[in-house]
Amino acid sequence: MRDSLFTRALRTLRNDRWAMVCLAIIGAYCVVALLAQLGIIARGFGEIAGASYSPPCREHWLGTDFLGRDVLKRVIVGSKIAMSIGLITSLIAIPIGIFFGALAGYYRGKVDDLIVWFYSTLDSIPYLILLLALTLVLGKGLTSVYIAIGLTSWVGICRIVRGEFIRQKEMDYVQAARALGAGNFRIILRHILPNVFHLIVINFSLMFVSAIKAEVILSYLGVGAQGEPSWGIMISDARMELIGRGVYWQLLGATLAMFFIILAFNLFADALRDALDPRLTQGKK
Amino acid sequence: MIAYIIRRILYMIPLTLGVTFITFLLFNVVGGNPAYQMLGKHASPEEVRELTHQLGLDRPLPVQYADYLNDLLHLDFGRSWATHQKITEMISDGIVPSLSLAVPAFVFAGILSIIISLIAAFYRNRFYDRFLVVLCVIGMSVSILVYIIAGQYVLSYVYGLFPISGYEDGLAAVPYLILPGLIWVAVALGGDVRFYRTVILNESGREYAVTARAKGLSEPVVMGRHVLKNALIPIITSMAMALPGLFTGSLLLETFFGIPGLGSMSINAINDADFPVIKAMTFFGSVLYMAANLLGDLMYSLVDPRVRME
Repeated sequence: MRDSLFTRALRTLRNDRWAMVCLAIIGAYCVVALLAQLGIIARGFGEIAGASYSPPCREHWLGTDFLGRDVLKRVIVGSKIAMSIGLITSLIAIPIGIFFGALAGYYRGKVDDLIVWFYSTLDSIPYLILLLALTLVLGKGLTSVYIAIGLTSWVGICRIVRGEFIRQKEMDYVQAARALGAGNFRIILRHILPNVFHLIVINFSLMFVSAIKAEVILSYLGVGAQGEPSWGIMISDARMELIGRGVYWQLLGATLAMFFIILAFNLFADALRDALDPRLTQGKK
Repeated sequence: MIAYIIRRILYMIPLTLGVTFITFLLFNVVGGNPAYQMLGKHASPEEVRELTHQLGLDRPLPVQYADYLNDLLHLDFGRSWATHQKITEMISDGIVPSLSLAVPAFVFAGILSIIISLIAAFYRNRFYDRFLVVLCVIGMSVSILVYIIAGQYVLSYVYGLFPISGYEDGLAAVPYLILPGLIWVAVALGGDVRFYRTVILNESGREYAVTARAKGLSEPVVMGRHVLKNALIPIITSMAMALPGLFTGSLLLETFFGIPGLGSMSINAINDADFPVIKAMTFFGSVLYMAANLLGDLMYSLVDPRVRME
């Protein structure tokens, strides 16, 4: 008996040492984010913990910022924000993308025209301007950022799902399901969707990355997180510290925190693609 | 072919209408009354009412929308609320600085990416290739903000190689443009090299490449003469898709380096809640994007006659 795509992919991934390291890093960020959310670590991130601009030392591993706040605690809260942005925006965007993509690819015709028109329209607006305009209209704050990124990043998934649905719809197994009397709804959900799912998984990790990057830029520009230190806000604070006094640790802390999670997701996405995309496995000699 | 082009151009009409509808929805319906923001906290209700009337925002929404479309048809974007300048003038003023940053950076990044990806593909799966790919992923994982801040601090502030920010007209602009241009290249390189490398590797496994090798051609000749030509098709297409970014400029680079292009104009407009300017920039950017999309598809069929447009 042949294993399913996912069992095989899991085995490939488990043997891929780098993929496992990346997964461990992602897991560690999740744990830190969860602990910070529950208030177990990084409590009092907004309080003054010591002298201003203390360099990294034993009490403050990453030093303190211009107000004397502990940079490590700020990095941890920033990680919490970044992980929540990635997760929540994906939870908004992926269902929208799947829904429209499946509808357009399965039914074609007028529905398809309408959906393609809608996402082409959205796609033709410059991304950062659209994001900034949305947050401007919705008001500042993280909630707006969640909604803005979520509502703008489903287009990629939708396009992929639609294309794959068009392809899969003509396959024999769909014909067979229809011959057995399965309704459209059942064919979409139970038969085609599982065959498209691997593409969604690959895209999920790439979406996570772009959502985190977008949030950092929005927060840097002052329309993102308010009152909580997102990495974008830390980088913005650090810019003054660096140019004024050559204080580099806040910039370094935020940059490294962001660097490792994005690197992990980038590499993990590559590993996922290698493991899950059947066309690639066939092409490898 | 001509029928195809005409059909594509006609399809831009519903798309443009969609864009105008979205911007209208965002700014005239969801956005609330901008008069409050323009007048500040201490405005009296009469003042607000008067300004709302002046801006024409107290008319029924369909009338406002029809009016907006009518203005766009005459390429009239109105005036900025912040500076009262005509927006068409602002755009034509901003295009030159934007292009003078973007075009050299774009060309340089393109050539460099192709060269590096050829090198990586030449050494496929050996040390240099692995090293270059890892470098690309590392480059992609650093935020553009960090490139900007570190570049400004180290190169401009500590070593004084470039002015920190600013802009002058004509050739005097060059020193101001080098650092943002370099950052542009650094940011673009990671993703581009990875994509081009995949494309080139894909091609270099094809049968014609095997044949060329079997004829005894050396690997550099196979890569440079045969593989590159075919790999250029998707590469050129992806470059054409990036063209609109040249006009609208890089929002962040222009803002940080004080270059008075369309990118920093957009950011200023968003900071000032200058709705007409944001609407105009959205429209302008979208139309350029659609045109580039069409151009990309056409180039595809030009470079590769096997691709038929229907």
